[in-house]
Amino acid sequence: MPAPVISVRSLAKRYRKTLAVADVSLDVYEGEIFGLIGPNGAGKTTTMECIEGLRRPDAGTMSVLGLDPRRDARRLRERIGVQHQEAQLQKRIKVGEAVELWASLYDRARVADADALLERLGLAAKRDAWFMTLSGGQKQRLFIALALIHQPEVVFLDELTTGLDPQARRAIWGLVRDIRARGTTVFLTTHLMEEAERLCDRVAIMEHGRTIEVGTPAELVARHCPERRVVYSTGDDGAEEVHELRGEGDDFVTDVINRIARDGTRVRRFRTEMPTLEDVFLKLTGHGIRD
Amino acid sequence: MRALRGLLELSWIETKIFLREPLGVIGSLGMPVLLFLIFGRMLRGVPRPSAVLARLPFNITIVSALLIALGSVQSLIAIMAIYREGGILKRLRATPLSPVTILGAHVLVKLALTLASLVLLIVAGKRVLPGALPPNAVSFSVAVLLGTLSILALGFVLASLVPTARFAQPISAAVLYPMIALSGLFFPISRLPAPLRALAAVLPTTHAVSLMQGVWAGEGWSAQRTTVAALATIFAACIAISARWFRWE
Repeated sequence: MPAPVISVRSLAKRYRKTLAVADVSLDVYEGEIFGLIGPNGAGKTTTMECIEGLRRPDAGTMSVLGLDPRRDARRLRERIGVQHQEAQLQKRIKVGEAVELWASLYDRARVADADALLERLGLAAKRDAWFMTLSGGQKQRLFIALALIHQPEVVFLDELTTGLDPQARRAIWGLVRDIRARGTTVFLTTHLMEEAERLCDRVAIMEHGRTIEVGTPAELVARHCPERRVVYSTGDDGAEEVHELRGEGDDFVTDVINRIARDGTRVRRFRTEMPTLEDVFLKLTGHGIRD
Repeated sequence: MRALRGLLELSWIETKIFLREPLGVIGSLGMPVLLFLIFGRMLRGVPRPSAVLARLPFNITIVSALLIALGSVQSLIAIMAIYREGGILKRLRATPLSPVTILGAHVLVKLALTLASLVLLIVAGKRVLPGALPPNAVSFSVAVLLGTLSILALGFVLASLVPTARFAQPISAAVLYPMIALSGLFFPISRLPAPLRALAAVLPTTHAVSLMQGVWAGEGWSAQRTTVAALATIFAACIAISARWFRWE
């Protein structure tokens, strides 16, 4: 395995009396979309901001692109892009101005072509629009533009799609996949398990300031929720009979299909139910993500 | 070099953004100029306006200039509170721009707008109130800017203290405007009771007014050394305090 781009060990951060981050350890590898997932208040944002060099942790070690965010924050900022949760810009700043401003803050040799970037993010027509007039999805796309303007090696996205409607959310997912396709590593936080499952190559589950599990969504599901459920119905109209079978392991569904075929049963409906990250979360913590 | 480019770019954009909010422009900077002009209209038809001005217990131009300076400071405090609440300061801090540059841009913008209002006041005054023009417009403008700079530093201390954007306007007004009463504009500081005199001595407005009055009276800059030193000391002290207390989020 190659050396990780981000490596965090035993990170802890206390705010006055509350321990926001108790014990976080994770590795992020080049070119992947890594998700820090967990409920609101789990310590995701604090963890991310420590890694970005915006906060000083009380304990633990961190390395990002070979730099220590504590000591080399300025040099690190040249090479990472960030988007903050629920961030705003100046109400009356134009989209084009914001991108040009951000472009002027970085090394010219690194800075991307602003027009092409806005085009790619679907904001070209909004160049002269004030920030306050943008929709939620457009605002988030602008923040992505600001995070990408200097072609960073790692991009940090904090609750990028919170508050967006499903359509805008899907559009943003496409853009994040596009960032990865261009070779940039993505580190994101989300409390939406569907988002994590669809978007992330690997995830770390966080609760009460601790990372309690790390792996690919499929790995975590297989490890913690191996149950599979097959529901099918037989019989005629009015006399439809529903069957439900439970089992474990990858071969279970195949076994059921083979058995039905062998028996020659006439099946009207057939559905398999696989556990999701949401189930994994429930299993690991004993409560749902939105509790 | 890049810090300078960032400073200028940010200052330029902040200036444009400020001008896009007409109410803010009129409220913080246009109002003093407007007051000055209304005063000028009132003196229309008076045979010798300068004699009337001379008999006033205060200098209308210095009052207007101080109001312009305080308007700038109030606007700075409001912007800092709004930007902090909206996470704008935090987002800028996540760039390679240094914290001093981020805040310095706002100082630059406020000084430029103060100067612009002052120039507007002087140009308009030439028509409506010629007797109220500073004898040396350039020296007077420099005095106003030095005074504003020192009050802006105090503005950063206040910006560190205001809890939310909603409170920025009333709190800054409640702190800044009483300072006018102690500034020596309307009655000499020597007539104040000792505790208030001591308070007046540490307020930047007092020294700003003293500098404007001195320059107006035609005293040379060498006579202003102690006043400028006082302004510089207050500036340094306020910056040191805000460096500790300023909250970015």
